[in-house]
Amino acid sequence: MIAILDYGVGNLFSLRSSLGQLGLEAVVTADADIIRAADRLILPGVGAFGDAMDKLTATGLVPVLREEAEKKPLLGICLGMQLLFEKSYEYGEHAGLGFVKGEVCPLEPDLADRSLKVPQIGWNALHLVREDPLFRYIRQGEHVYYVHSYYGKNCAESTLATSDYSIPVTGVVRAGKVYGTQFHPEKSGDTGLRILKAFAEL
Amino acid sequence: MITKRIIPCLDVRSGRVVKGTNFEGIRDVADPVEMARMYNAAGADELVFYDITASFEGRALFTDILSRVAGEIFIPLTVGGGINTLEDFDRVLKCGADKVSVNSGALKDPGLIPAAAQRYGNQCVVLSADVKRVNGQFRVFAKGGREDTGRDALEWIGWCADHGAGEICLNSIDTDGVRSGFDLEMLDAVAARVNVPIIASGGAGKKEDFLELFRHKGIDAGLAAGIFHQKLLTIRELKEYLNANGVEMRL
Repeated sequence: MIAILDYGVGNLFSLRSSLGQLGLEAVVTADADIIRAADRLILPGVGAFGDAMDKLTATGLVPVLREEAEKKPLLGICLGMQLLFEKSYEYGEHAGLGFVKGEVCPLEPDLADRSLKVPQIGWNALHLVREDPLFRYIRQGEHVYYVHSYYGKNCAESTLATSDYSIPVTGVVRAGKVYGTQFHPEKSGDTGLRILKAFAEL
Repeated sequence: MITKRIIPCLDVRSGRVVKGTNFEGIRDVADPVEMARMYNAAGADELVFYDITASFEGRALFTDILSRVAGEIFIPLTVGGGINTLEDFDRVLKCGADKVSVNSGALKDPGLIPAAAQRYGNQCVVLSADVKRVNGQFRVFAKGGREDTGRDALEWIGWCADHGAGEICLNSIDTDGVRSGFDLEMLDAVAARVNVPIIASGGAGKKEDFLELFRHKGIDAGLAAGIFHQKLLTIRELKEYLNANGVEMRL
């Protein structure tokens, strides 16, 4: 069973449908016992970092998440991926969960091509920089759907895949059993479903 | 690099997609769930659903269709039509929409744009604007293009982008339905004013129109209905053509 952490952030309709489509049992929950019993976890998220981190902290689930992330695969999606980092500079400076070494910074000042738009909204090719079981069912260069204004930076040692937005934008990270995708696998068509399928088989 | 996007638009009335009107004035209709499946398989990058029903029963039917589509098509879905309040945002987001397109609702209450952006994020708020030339000025029209609001389109679109609209869907009334190409002059004027993604709508008649569109800087997506519904052009064929001509596409 996959536990999708419910901390009041984001639209979980597509994520639940995607997992359902793959025949996977998923529960949206904030119950520590269910999270402990699950065989893998998903940390979703849409919105601003500070607000999301506050809401996650308010559920009291952070210590549970820390324990469980050592035992079973965890996947952070979009803002959920960013929360895995040490800190973020979105509207101030906020501490993250610190599972992944690095920080979350605004895209705009770092872009080599300043005519590119922020947020990055749309489909971009995924360049796999390391082999990983998460990529079992996808090939080099498949397109995934991004919507974001901030990105993971100074995280080379954890980066599994990037997408080119005039700079390499962190697409997938991993630290131990903890994974994160900046893009939305649940919105990335068949490619996204194959990534979720691989996650469910880790 | 990020690809340009091809987006078919489905007008839903009383639970059916309106594909167009033939010469005898008989409406040709189709099942929206079936069409969504077909476009997804053909490689559409997103889908837009416009609810053009007015009745309460029609609305309930629409949300049911939306949930069914969202439950099996895993690409972004935008929903528009009759969005006037945050409750309307909530209603369609709960049925699986990813983005919500506002038009007349924002003209009536511009505060809807910043309020929705604050609650759901800019990425969720698409400003749809129907624009037409009046005395040499780009003017915003309301009520499906029937009413001249007197507002300057560039000012209005600029204000919305500055206050939380994460994307602009620009529909040129002047080229809509004419099928002689997108309104590049109007699109360029808007692209010079805003730095959020722009979806061009109105005027697509052939694949070359899309190629010309994407050679203009600042245009991110092309939206069309009739030419796809009537199978004058398939999405797959269009994307392969664009890709062969140097426009990066998701194939």
